[in-house]
Amino acid sequence: MAVKVIIPTPLRPYAGKQDSVELQAATVGEALAALTSRFAELKKHLYSDDGRLRSFVNVYVNDEDIRYLQKDATKLREGDTVSIVPSIAGGARN
Amino acid sequence: MSDPVANSKVLKIADPLLRRIHAHAVETYPHECCGALLGRDSESGAAREVLRLLPLANRRDDSPRNRFEITSSDVQAAEKTAREKGLELIGWYHSHPDAPACPSEFDREHAWPWWSYIIVSVQAREPRDTKSWRLRDDRSAYDPEALESAAHSASI
Repeated sequence: MAVKVIIPTPLRPYAGKQDSVELQAATVGEALAALTSRFAELKKHLYSDDGRLRSFVNVYVNDEDIRYLQKDATKLREGDTVSIVPSIAGGARN
Repeated sequence: MSDPVANSKVLKIADPLLRRIHAHAVETYPHECCGALLGRDSESGAAREVLRLLPLANRRDDSPRNRFEITSSDVQAAEKTAREKGLELIGWYHSHPDAPACPSEFDREHAWPWWSYIIVSVQAREPRDTKSWRLRDDRSAYDPEALESAAHSASI
């Protein structure tokens, strides 16, 4: 089904400068796979080398965090909006 | 190879705003402070300007002396505030208590390119050094971004 993925500002340069992308996907996992397949440069900013979503990258379906749904397997419905929202983390050594 | 001169970036920030970041860093010392930078990007992308600060709570209760976290909810709220003010969320600031104003490996792993990351080194409750950084496209390292602090007008 057709869903919309909202691209956060810092990642727009890697997604054809678009603020959102429409694509076909039945689950969140499929949506992210379709997104990173279309825009390969996005992948390293969303996934770590071991293929897992980076710990600071959060994904919402409409306004629900997928961690509290079925994560990657969360089903999507026609017209759903998938948002990628980071948390900001860091800090000094030691 | 990238040309460091051609890629040089500048982040403008008015003195009063820089002093507010320093004051926040001193206030939370020896814990890390953090906040959002709202402003505008130049059309060329070579220079951007901080026009407003949004001090935020460090959500890392377990290790606030050498870690900070801004939750995704706080990020969404900062984006909303930026939109309401007609500004962009252009980056983040945080402090390194008793450590250099340089990004750590932990900083690098948790960053995205495009945003400006200001880091303030606070030594014995005194702000000693302030630097701004941008993560490279390939995530391999940060490049320094020149901080241009001046008494030009900014909404505070």
